Order: sequence, then structure tokens, then C-alpha cells
Amino acid sequence: MHRIAIVGGGTGGTVLANRLASELQSEIEAGDVEVRLITADPNHVYKPTFLYVPFGKKTVDDAKRPIEELVDRRVTLTIEEVTGVDTDRNRLSFADRTTSLHYDQLVLATGANLEPEAVPGLAEGGHHFYGPDGAERLRDELADFTEGHLVLSVVGVPHMCPAAPVEFPLMVDAWLRERGRREDVEITYTYPINRAHGLESVADWATDLFEERDITLETFFNVDEVDPDAEVIETVEGNELEYDLLVAIPPHRGSDLVTDAGLGDDGWVDVDRHTLEATAAEDVYAIGDIADVPTSKAGSVAHYEAGVVADRIASRARGTVPTATYDGKTVCFLEAGMDEATFIEFSYGEEPYVREPSKPLHWAKLGYNESYWLTARGLL
Amino acid sequence: MTDTNDPDVTIDSKDASCPGPLMDLIGKVKNLDSGTVVELQTTERNSTTDVPEWLEEAGHDLLEIEERDEYWSIYLEVN
Repeated sequence: MHRIAIVGGGTGGTVLANRLASELQSEIEAGDVEVRLITADPNHVYKPTFLYVPFGKKTVDDAKRPIEELVDRRVTLTIEEVTGVDTDRNRLSFADRTTSLHYDQLVLATGANLEPEAVPGLAEGGHHFYGPDGAERLRDELADFTEGHLVLSVVGVPHMCPAAPVEFPLMVDAWLRERGRREDVEITYTYPINRAHGLESVADWATDLFEERDITLETFFNVDEVDPDAEVIETVEGNELEYDLLVAIPPHRGSDLVTDAGLGDDGWVDVDRHTLEATAAEDVYAIGDIADVPTSKAGSVAHYEAGVVADRIASRARGTVPTATYDGKTVCFLEAGMDEATFIEFSYGEEPYVREPSKPLHWAKLGYNESYWLTARGLL
Repeated sequence: MTDTNDPDVTIDSKDASCPGPLMDLIGKVKNLDSGTVVELQTTERNSTTDVPEWLEEAGHDLLEIEERDEYWSIYLEVN
């Protein structure tokens, strides 16, 4: 039997498992192929939902569904934590049992982890909306925030969803205006490089909107530490910024599993950017946030990568030559307030065009967030 | 003099899209020890001005920018 193991039950892992169940349907039913999805979390979490939690527009429960409801019945689902990858012997080991699992092809889709404690004082002094607990705490803080200096600071690089830091200040600006509090709140956005975003077109778009909406832009701003008592941010560049409410994009890290397996020095898997095959081992792929490719850590990337890897793995399982490749396709919606949005799409080496924000695109973003569950099922 | 022919770390940001070569560099540099020599490979012409500007702000040393056939190699030393 040809065994395909997928580690991680987020967007990449779930879409891939379902695509393979469809592509290899007859081989699985004949007992020639097994597609096994292994995840420590019995729930599938759709992280973009968390952006709306601080504003009371979504709840953290909206972000999750039991993974067993999302995967095809032909997929073997294992709820367990993988603790080791032996790429020489093609074996996985697990947290709570002594047995191991052989694979013929392995896909790592373990995602990114938040690590606010990597910056001194940040966990104590800062809020974030990148996970359920942080988003709920920020919601409670924002509900009582009537005056002062709100700072949105991009601290962690790389981080998930490079659009979200730009969206948050535009959304909080509109949200505060709706509540008559905007005049008493100063908003500042900080970014590590010499413009408002890594993508020039997004930077230009955001800079104009920030100016129009009285949001202060600070560039070349790399946070060194936060003093939670004094409520001051200190930067690598030697500057200080006082805040009353700090919303940070926290540092992210990959996985010790990756480093221990020798698949990437800093926790992200080194891959060929087109085939998504690990550079350090045979029979191993990586998709989604854990794969070190020169585009966004975003759900759309994981989704498109899953389609490519499904084709490559299915080809190999059938004994044919894989030809599908990933061209860096990325699609991101961008909220420009509480009731208008735009979207961008691009591939490797391309600069996107930012369309004029509109209400229909905001509705499209909200609509997609609901129909995302069809994406997870491999249908959309 | 530091040898740019043999960098300790090479960051391949050729054809990088979002969020781009300079952000790729910042993401890697923060985990590197002082004295590490890095080669950033980029196909973005803007990187040849953006990166030196950031290096000066952040206090790292620009060693050399080499124009190759299809990309630029920007060499720097982490402080």
C-alpha cells in the first residue's frame, strides 16, 4: 500500500486531504493507497475570522468546526501530535505512544505559531488578534477604550496574513467614528521598512488612506522591547513611542519538528518554491505557513499550494511523472473600513493592482468567509 | 576584509512577492549572530536602495552590491 501522510489540519492539510481523496478515490477504495491526515487539534480553525472578533462582528466559535465534519470519509483521520520526523527511514513518531508510522510521501502543513514572548514586555504590554484568546482580550479592551493613543505595530516578521496589519487601523478608525470616540483617540501604525507595506502598491494605497483618515504612519520601526509599566515601545533604530493601547502583530515561529528533522534551520521548511518539495529530504513536501516560500503566509497560498501538491502526490502514487507546479498565486481581501473592501491577486515577482474599495467587495469578503467551509472540504 | 564570496547565510528572495525582499531579510536577520555575513538575492531594483537605507537605520553593515545577469546580490554583515 502507498501511504500518504499529511501533518496538520489547517487550510493546507485539510484541502489537500480532501483533494487527494477525490483524485485517488478508486485507488483508496481498492486498498492500494491510504491518505492519512494527522492533527493534534480535533477542530479546524479558520484564522481570518479573528480579525472581526475585536469589533464584535464574529465570535471565536465562528472560526472553528470539528475536523471530522470537514474531511472526506476516504481520509483516515488521526487526532494525535506528531513529535518526530525521520526522513531517512520515512517514519513519523507520536507524542503518546511508542509506535511509529511509515510514509511513502509526507506533507508538512503544521502552520505558524505565535510567540509574543520573543520580544521582552510584549506579552504583558501588547494585544493581538491573531488567535482566539488574544482576539477576545482585545475585544474587551477595545469596548472600554474611549480615549488615548492606539498603536498598531508590526513586530513579528514573517507573520501570517500580511494584509491584516493594514486592515486593522482602517477598521478601528471606522469603528471608533461610528461610536463617536474617534476625536479622543489617536491612531498610529508602525511598519519595519521605509514604507507602509512590503508591497509598494499596497504601501501607496494604505499611505493615502491613512492620511485621509488621520492615522499616523511610522516607518523604519522595528520593536526591540516594550515597557508595559511605562507603556513605551523601544525600537532597534533607537526611537521610543508611548501608547495607551498597543495592538501588535506578534512574532511567529515555525516548528521544532522541522528544525529537529533537519528540514529548515529556523523552523520553516526549506522547499523548492515551484514543486514545494523539501530541499533537504526525499518524499517530503511542505505547504501553507510552514513552507518557506517568497510570498505571503496566507490561507489562499495554502489553498493553491494544496492543489499543486495533490496533483504531484497523486501522479507519483499512480507511477506517473508529476508536472503540476506552484507559481506563487496569492489572493488577499483587504478591508478598508467597516463596510468597504478591496482585493489583490499576484504571483511570484508580480506587483498587484489595488482596486478602489467598495461595499460589494466587503460583502464578497464576508461571503467568502462563510463559503470558506466549502474550500476546506475541497469543493471551492 | 570580510569575504563576500562565501556568505554564511544566503536568502533567495528572487521574484519575491508579498511582503518582499527587505521583509524577508528582516525576518532572517533578527535570528542571526553578530558577524554573520548574509547574501540577499533579489530581482527587485528597489532593493538596491531600500536595503542599504534599512541597514543604516538598523546599524548593520553593507558590504557590497553585485549586479548579476538576472538578479542582484546584496552582501551585508549583521551587527
